Amino acid sequence: MASVDNMVPPGESAEPFHDHEPDPRRRDFINIAAVAFAGVGAVAIVLPLINQMNPSADVLAQSTTELDLSKIAPGQAIKASFRKQPLFVRNLTPQEIAAANAVSLSELRDPQSLAERTKEGKRNWLITLGVCTHLGCVPLGAGEGENRGPFGGYFCPCHGSAYDTAARIRQGPAPKNLTVPEYVFTSDTTVTVG
Amino acid sequence: MSFPWAKHYEPKQPLMRWLDEKLPVPRLVYNAVGAGYPVPRNLNYFWNFGVLAGAALSIQIITGIVLAMHYAANGGVAFGSIESIMRDVNAGWFLRYAHANGASMFLLVVYIHIGRGLYYGSYKAPREMVWLLGVVIFLLMMATAFMGYVLPWGQMSFWGAQVITGFFSAIPVVGETIRIWLLGGFAPDNAALNRFFSLHYLLPFVTAGVIILHIWALHIPGSGNPTGVDVKGEQDTVPFHPYYTAKDAVGLGVFLLVFALLLFFSPNLLGHPDNYVEANPLSTPAHIVPEWYFLPFYAILKSFTADFILPAKLWGVLAMFGSILLLFFLPWLDSSPIRSANFRPAYRKFLLILLLDLFVLGYVGGAEPRPWVILMGQIASAYYFAHFLIILPIVARTERPRPLPNSITEAVLAKHAGLGPHKSAMAS
Amino acid sequence: MVRLIASLVGAAFVFVLGLALFGTVSDWITNPPPESAEHEFHREALDAGLPSNGVLGRFDRRQVQRGFQVFQEVCSACHSLKYVSFRDLRQIGYSEAEVKAIAKGWKIEQPSINAETGEASTRPNVPSDRFPSPFANEVAARAANNNALPPDLSLMAKARHNGANYIYSLVGHGYVNQPAELLRKFPGAKTPTGLHYNQYFANLNIAMPPPLTQDGQVTYSDGTRASVDQMAKDVSAFLTWTAEPNLEARHSAGFAAVIFILIFCFLAWGAYQNVWRDVKH
Repeated sequence: MASVDNMVPPGESAEPFHDHEPDPRRRDFINIAAVAFAGVGAVAIVLPLINQMNPSADVLAQSTTELDLSKIAPGQAIKASFRKQPLFVRNLTPQEIAAANAVSLSELRDPQSLAERTKEGKRNWLITLGVCTHLGCVPLGAGEGENRGPFGGYFCPCHGSAYDTAARIRQGPAPKNLTVPEYVFTSDTTVTVG
Repeated sequence: MSFPWAKHYEPKQPLMRWLDEKLPVPRLVYNAVGAGYPVPRNLNYFWNFGVLAGAALSIQIITGIVLAMHYAANGGVAFGSIESIMRDVNAGWFLRYAHANGASMFLLVVYIHIGRGLYYGSYKAPREMVWLLGVVIFLLMMATAFMGYVLPWGQMSFWGAQVITGFFSAIPVVGETIRIWLLGGFAPDNAALNRFFSLHYLLPFVTAGVIILHIWALHIPGSGNPTGVDVKGEQDTVPFHPYYTAKDAVGLGVFLLVFALLLFFSPNLLGHPDNYVEANPLSTPAHIVPEWYFLPFYAILKSFTADFILPAKLWGVLAMFGSILLLFFLPWLDSSPIRSANFRPAYRKFLLILLLDLFVLGYVGGAEPRPWVILMGQIASAYYFAHFLIILPIVARTERPRPLPNSITEAVLAKHAGLGPHKSAMAS
Repeated sequence: MVRLIASLVGAAFVFVLGLALFGTVSDWITNPPPESAEHEFHREALDAGLPSNGVLGRFDRRQVQRGFQVFQEVCSACHSLKYVSFRDLRQIGYSEAEVKAIAKGWKIEQPSINAETGEASTRPNVPSDRFPSPFANEVAARAANNNALPPDLSLMAKARHNGANYIYSLVGHGYVNQPAELLRKFPGAKTPTGLHYNQYFANLNIAMPPPLTQDGQVTYSDGTRASVDQMAKDVSAFLTWTAEPNLEARHSAGFAAVIFILIFCFLAWGAYQNVWRDVKH
C-alpha cells in the first residue's frame, strides 16, 4: 500500500495546514488568551526578581542609631554611622549659632534657618548626614583639625562645595543643604537617630 | 539543512527587513523554532521534554543569577547567607526554593528526555552527534548540580564534597594529589567552596552553549518521530510554529504545575534534613546520600565491594564513571537500523527491564547498607552494564523487528482509522 | 571492534560484580548483621497535629507565642536560636513595643565592646539583634553540658526527619524508663550515666536531660493549661515557625500560582486543539 503516502483522508485537504475556518477570529481568541495569560504570568514572575534587590529585612531593621552626646565639647564634632552612612554631630558654639542666624534666607541656595535644622531648646546640636549633596563624598570638618571651608562649617574636597555652620550649602556645586535625618532626644545627652 | 518545503522567512515590516539584512537573528529563530522548521506531524508528548529542559535551564540561570547577588561563598558565612536569603531577602525563600527544586525538575525532565531517546532510538544515525552532545550536556549538568549542592554548606554539602572528591583518590599513584588539588586543601573548605561557586556559575553558560550545538546538530537531519521512519514528503511534517509551540505550551503548563506544587507545598521533599545543619568537619551524618538524581550511580559505586586485581574502590569509581561514559558509545553498540522500540519487541522488553533496574538502583542508592540491599544493588548494577555492553549488541543482530509503516502519514492515518500505533504497519 | 571491546568491558564489570555478590552472600551467611537496639526500639514520631501542616496550613499565633514562652523559660538556657532576630517576633503577633521589651529584658545580653576601653562587654538586646547564644562558644557550651553540645534550634524543625513531630515526641513523650526487654536482649545497650533514654532519639540515648518535667512548668499568660503534652506541642509549633517563618506566604503564593497555572493549562490546551484542528496526528 505504497499509495498511502499520498493519501488524504476525508475532511483533510491536500494542503492540510490551510485555515478553512470561516470565522477565524472566534476560534483564535483562545490562542490570544493563552499567549496573553502567559505574558501576565511572566510579568508576575518578574516582580519578585526585581523586588529581591530592595533592602532586605535585616538591613531595614538596623535603621536606628543611638548616640551619646555627653563627651562632645562646644565647637567639637564627631562622626558616627547611620544606615552605613557617615553622620555628623556638632556641638555649635554661640558664635557659630550667631553666624548661622546672621545669614538672610534669601541669600541661600536651599533656604532653611538654623531653627528648622535643629531641635527646640537644643539649638547647639547640629546633626546631619555626612554625605555631600553633590555626588556623595564625605565633607571635611567633622574631624579634629580638618578644613572647615570658607564658611566655617563643612567643606567637600571632591568638588569644592562649602557648607556653613548650619551645614547649609553656600558655595560650590552641591544643590542642597546637608540632610538632617529624623531624630529625637531621649534624654539631655542621648539622641536616637532614625 | 532542513527540508526543501520549509517556509522561508519573509519580513514584511521595513524595520524587520532592515534587521534581517544587518543581523538576521529573527531569521535564525524562525528557522530554528519558528515556522521555518518542518517537524514530523506525529510527535507525542515525550517530544516536549527537550523544550522543557530548555525552560528548566532558563529558570535555573535566572534564579541562580539572582541568588548569587545574596550568597556569600565563604565557609564561615555561606550557611548563614542562605538563611538570610530564606528569612530577610525580599522573596528570597521563593527564589531559593525555586532554584533548589528547579534543579530536581531539570534533572527529571532531562531523564525523561534521555529515556525518550533510548526508547525511540534518537541516538541512531543520522542523529549520533545530537546524542553525543546530549551526553556532554548531561555530564555538565551533573557537575553543576553537584557543585551547587555544596554551596549551602550544610552537612550533606560538606560530606558530599568530601565523598565525591574522594573518588579521585582511588586513582593509583596520583589520586591523592589530584584530590588535594581539586579541593585546594586537605578537606573541603573555603578554597573548595569558592572554586565550586565560580564553576557552578560558569558551567550553566557552557551548558547553554552546548545546547545550541545540540539543537544545531538536530536541525541537520530534522527531528525524529515515534515511528522512527524518515520524513518522506511535505505531508509528513508541520511547521514547528504554531503546531509545536502550541503543544509545548501545554507541556510547559503541566511542568509548571508540578514545579509549583513542589516549590510551594513541599519544598524540602527532595532535600535532606541534614543539609539544614551547618557543615561540621568533625562529625559525619549517620547516613550520607546524594540527591535523588545521583542515587542510581551512587548505588553502582557502592556495589563494587570485592578486590580483583584493582582495589574495590577503584572498580567502583571506574564503574560509576563508566556507567555514564558508555552512553557515548551507544550509537555504535546498537547496530539495529530500526529506531523506534515500538517495532523492536525484544529491545522494548529489555528497555523496560532497564527502567525497572534504574528504579532498583535508585532505591539501593538511598537505602541503608543491609546485606540484601547490597545484594540487590549488585544484581541491578550487573544488569545495567550487561544491558548496554552485552545484551544490546546481541539483540540488535538477533531480533526480528515488526514491519515498519511506509510513512509517517500512513501511520497517523492508520491510527485514526481506529488502530493502535504499532499495529498500523500490519494494517497496511 | 567497538562492540567487541564493549562486551569485554561489560563482562569484566559483571564478573567483578559477581565476585562482590559472592562476597556479600557468604558474608551474610557467616556473619549476619547483628540486630541493634536502635533498630528495634526506636519509634516513629507521634503526630503533633500542628495547624501549620497541610497545603494551606497557617500558624496558630497564640500557640506559637506560647511555644516562644516555653523556649524562653526552658530551652533558651542551653540552646541558641542564632538565625532568628527579635524583630521577627512581630510576625507571630507581638507589637513593636512588646518586641522591644522582650529584647531589652532578655536575660542574655548581646556581646559588644566597651566604647571607652575597647574591652569585651555586653549590652541589652534591641529588636534588630539576633537571639544571643547562651554560651560564648562551642567549648564553653560543651564545658557547661557534660561535653555535649546543645544544638542551635533555629532550623531544628527542618534539620530532622519529620522535624515538628520529632520535636513534639522527643520532649513531650520520649523520656521513659529503658524497657526491661531491651536490656534483656541487648545487655550492652544500657544507657550510660550522664545520658538519658529517649525512644524518639536516633540512637536512643540523648545527652539532654528531660526539659519538660511536670505540668505547669510554664505559666501561660493566655490561661491555657500547661500540660507537658501541651508545652511540647507549643514549642514544636514555635520551632516550626523559626525554621520556616515564610510558611504562610509560601502557602498563599502557592495557592494563587497553582490556580493561575491551571487556567493557563486550560487555555494552552484549547489553543493546542485549535491549532491542530485540521491536522491529524
